[in-house]
Amino acid sequence: MSDAKFISIEGITRRFKAPDGSLTTVFRDVWFSIPRGEFVCMIGHSGCGKTTVLNILSGLDLPDEGVAIVDGKAIEGPSLDRAVIFQSHALLPWRSVLGNVTYAVTSRWPKWARAQVEEHARRFIEKVGLKGAEAKKPAQLSGGMKQRVGIARALSIEPKILLMDEPFSALDALTRGTLQDEVRRICLETGQTVFMITHDVDEAIYLADKIILMTNGPEALVAEIVENPLPKDRDRNQIHKHPAFYAIRNHLIDFLVTRSRTFKDEMPANYDRRHPPVVRPSGAPQPLPPSEPGQTAAA
Amino acid sequence: MSSPGLRSATLSIVIFLLFTLAWHVAVSGGASGGPAMDPEYAKLMGIKVEGGKSAMPGPLDIGAKLVEHLRKPFYDNGPNDKGLGLQLLFSLGRVALGYGLAILVAIPLGFVIGMFPVIYRALDPFIQVMKPVSPLAWMPLALYTIKDSSLSAIFVIFICSLWPMLINTAFGVAGVRKEWLNVARTLEVSSWRQAITVILPAAAPTIVTGMRISIGIAWLVIVAAEMLVGGTGIGYFVWNEWNNLSIANVIVAILMIGLVGMALDLALARFQRRITFPE
Ligand SMILES: Nc1ncnc2c1ncn2[C@@H]1O[C@H](COP(=O)(O)OP(=O)(O)OP(=O)(O)O)[C@@H](O)[C@H]1O
Ligand SMILES: [Mg+2]
Repeated sequence: MSDAKFISIEGITRRFKAPDGSLTTVFRDVWFSIPRGEFVCMIGHSGCGKTTVLNILSGLDLPDEGVAIVDGKAIEGPSLDRAVIFQSHALLPWRSVLGNVTYAVTSRWPKWARAQVEEHARRFIEKVGLKGAEAKKPAQLSGGMKQRVGIARALSIEPKILLMDEPFSALDALTRGTLQDEVRRICLETGQTVFMITHDVDEAIYLADKIILMTNGPEALVAEIVENPLPKDRDRNQIHKHPAFYAIRNHLIDFLVTRSRTFKDEMPANYDRRHPPVVRPSGAPQPLPPSEPGQTAAA
Repeated sequence: MSSPGLRSATLSIVIFLLFTLAWHVAVSGGASGGPAMDPEYAKLMGIKVEGGKSAMPGPLDIGAKLVEHLRKPFYDNGPNDKGLGLQLLFSLGRVALGYGLAILVAIPLGFVIGMFPVIYRALDPFIQVMKPVSPLAWMPLALYTIKDSSLSAIFVIFICSLWPMLINTAFGVAGVRKEWLNVARTLEVSSWRQAITVILPAAAPTIVTGMRISIGIAWLVIVAAEMLVGGTGIGYFVWNEWNNLSIANVIVAILMIGLVGMALDLALARFQRRITFPE
């Protein structure tokens, strides 16, 4: 299978039963693909079906129509090739930090001896900066530390694909920044393919190679795919000086504020669900401050 | 009087002493006098009611009796004269057997019920009808079918221990957080291993709560069951001493039943603390 379509989402539709018994279509006929080694973010408003897309990619959920293909094979269920970092960290509270990671490692390599499993787990705990906390229970950890354990657990199985559902949204700004740096470093080192959901425009700009924009639900669709014009070796403290930074930032905020709502009514004539338009905002730097979405909406 | 623990312990001792004193004064016949004892009953016991002295044993009599029992807890002089410790061991043995059998049935069955809502709904009416039946109501049926009084007592313990454990296990298993199961699923953990590594530890605190309720009920019921079936056990001991009109022995037995019940509950409470996880 070609590396350009390492992950290929082909016309997936997902419907759920509403409490009154009627069916609501969360999203319909969604197409996009992710090349091997790329970091892709998805943004869209609450309820547009981002988590549902991620669940389909993880194999925890199945589409009603269409198919999700990874490395040439249709996804039929969960796989150790695709690790998930859950929004709520989902650590097993009765296991220690080490125990949570070794649980994943033994699942991945059941034949390994205990010592080898622990050694491997400790390496990943160290990688996310939790050395010394191995024996702690999740309840004894801060939110940032818990999320770190979740990251260590996901990375420890050396997955082909990393799936992240708003992994940093529950953290304070400072912790979020450090964790973003760490995840970015680790993913670049290993050439990890990543699909990540976020609500944070700046996070998407800092981390992603491509950003998928979903319109509001129900019946959500992929409005467009934004290519990040910033260089791959970007520095968090310098990116805002890049001429294209405000172009992409304003583009994304404009989408979230207005176009996510109006896109379906003002659909471009040549819009093709199978090939959503790819845009690369890189226009002349616009002198808009990085302020509240409400202000930029007027621009 | 520094820590609250010390203060409440002191208060407990004071209450105990006051109670004992009141008891002592009451039975040794105060000026108030009054019919401390039913004359009919006194005649039965073959004692004369003299000088207002009650036939009800006082704390000193009980203390002496207790010391006597504690000196020789395990003697065996035939069917009607066994040490208190030995009788307690008989009762504990029956409880252990009936309760153990109930664990073997309730926990696997509770797992199945908790994991499959269809089975839960199918069995629910039966459970709802069986649960409120006094375990002693089973006794005639058990005696008739099993034809062995000791086994019947074990069966009654089994039946009364079953429901709380069954219901709590099903409840705990059904309530395991979806996200924990999803973690196991994304790691391709087999269903069997999921049951052992996720569902069991997650449901364990609820299951042990059921076990605690059950052991309490079992210990309540064994006394009544042994009064009915006779032969051995602390329940039989109480009944036998009542027939011997030895109220002091009955009171000592009550005390021991309470202490053993408390010990059983404490043991399970300690176990529960070990397996409970903070979230
Ligand atoms: N298991 C389910 N049963 C019924 N409806 C569901 C189920 N899962 C999701 N939905 C509905 O599907 C829609 C999309 O849900 P989803 O969790 O994918 O949204 P989201 O984009 O991830 O939102 P958020 O940003 O708030 O996390 C919601 O309206 C939700 O109510
Ligand atoms: Mg979501």
